[in-house]
Amino acid sequence: MVVIKSMRLHVARSSRNISLNLGLTSALFFVLFSALPGPALHAQEKPYFITYSHDLEEPGNLEIETKTALGRPADSHHYGALASELEYGVTGWWTSELYLDGQATGQESTLFTGFRLENRFRPLMREHWINPVLYVEYENITGADKTLLEVVGHDGQGDLAELNADSRQEHEHEAELKLILSSNLRAWNISENFIAEKNLGHEPWEFGYALGAARPLRTLGNGKPCVFCLEKLTGGAEMYGGLGDVASLTLGDTSHYVAPIVGWQLPKGRLSFSTGFGLNSNSLDRVYRFGWASELPQIGSWFRHNGGSR
Amino acid sequence: MTPRISRTLGLLCLLISAGLLLGAASSSPWAKVPAKDHARTNPLASRPDSISAGALIYKENCAQCHRADAMGDGHKKPSLRTERVKSASDGDLEWFIRQGDLGHGMPSWSRLPEAKRWQLVAYLRSIQQ
Repeated sequence: MVVIKSMRLHVARSSRNISLNLGLTSALFFVLFSALPGPALHAQEKPYFITYSHDLEEPGNLEIETKTALGRPADSHHYGALASELEYGVTGWWTSELYLDGQATGQESTLFTGFRLENRFRPLMREHWINPVLYVEYENITGADKTLLEVVGHDGQGDLAELNADSRQEHEHEAELKLILSSNLRAWNISENFIAEKNLGHEPWEFGYALGAARPLRTLGNGKPCVFCLEKLTGGAEMYGGLGDVASLTLGDTSHYVAPIVGWQLPKGRLSFSTGFGLNSNSLDRVYRFGWASELPQIGSWFRHNGGSR
Repeated sequence: MTPRISRTLGLLCLLISAGLLLGAASSSPWAKVPAKDHARTNPLASRPDSISAGALIYKENCAQCHRADAMGDGHKKPSLRTERVKSASDGDLEWFIRQGDLGHGMPSWSRLPEAKRWQLVAYLRSIQQ
């Protein structure tokens, strides 16, 4: 709610204002969670923005994460979109998440664009060479959503260039399924996501993919607390894009991106950066992403102890 | 009851008892660890900084559940200073950290690089003494 209020209060008039607006919101999260008392809070997941690995949230932990995307469609205005995410580890094999999305477009408006509910399940209880995870999501968003948390079907930069006043009228109730395959090989994580998305309003199934690889820059712990050291940095890359839909299962009019990523583990959270490069004319030239994640450990136990239920 | 029925029932009881004993013998806490993993030794055990590095990894990743003193919460998050942990080989511990026990709330730590898991094993060994 803090995010939504912050975004509504400030109507962006230019790309600079958008960056400032989203930057302030992210900074607010940073200060809020840096000031939290208690033990060091760590978010161990990979610094992917689009791709999912088989890492789930630890049971009882709540992760709070923001993902910002900044871009500019051809012949349109700069925009900034912010997805705020609450991720809870229900069990060792089940993680549940809530996303709240918003965006601000230069010389247009700032909008709350909807919410997403997602669940991820690990069907196999052991580690294997390839670890499958089943992902089920319900989205209730408007056509003005620009968070680009997945690219499916024939999504392209044209969708992002529509005026907010028009695109916000389009309500999308969508179900999204993903098959996540992920492997930890030596220090590398390699993940492949296959996406099927269905607009529940009689639209065809749309398909997409996301691939990711990431590795810590140093795999051995040095035994001393540090902030600026290689073991706290993770590097990698993502590639994602659309694969058409049931009516037209082709790469024609689809968009694709490749994005180097860097993650930096801080004492109370994780920062992530990425620059996505569009691979064809249907894609944005660049998408800049910035993420901040922090964990509240064992929040379930905290509620049980303070709520007096036990 | 005829002697024949008695003998049959006696034999059946014997078989059931033998089955239960065999089951108990194989329910050693580390019985499910593959032999290949069980036999592994800690390649970082001789490094002097392994324990301190493992202690830091423990603090960052494990202490939130198992507590800073590794005594657990007495309920679902068990103590790590037990005979069960003492009796494990290095390979057993690394295997368990890597696999986790998802059905009982212990996450898989395959996300940690293997070298860090071995440092964690070195630390767990050190606190048993």
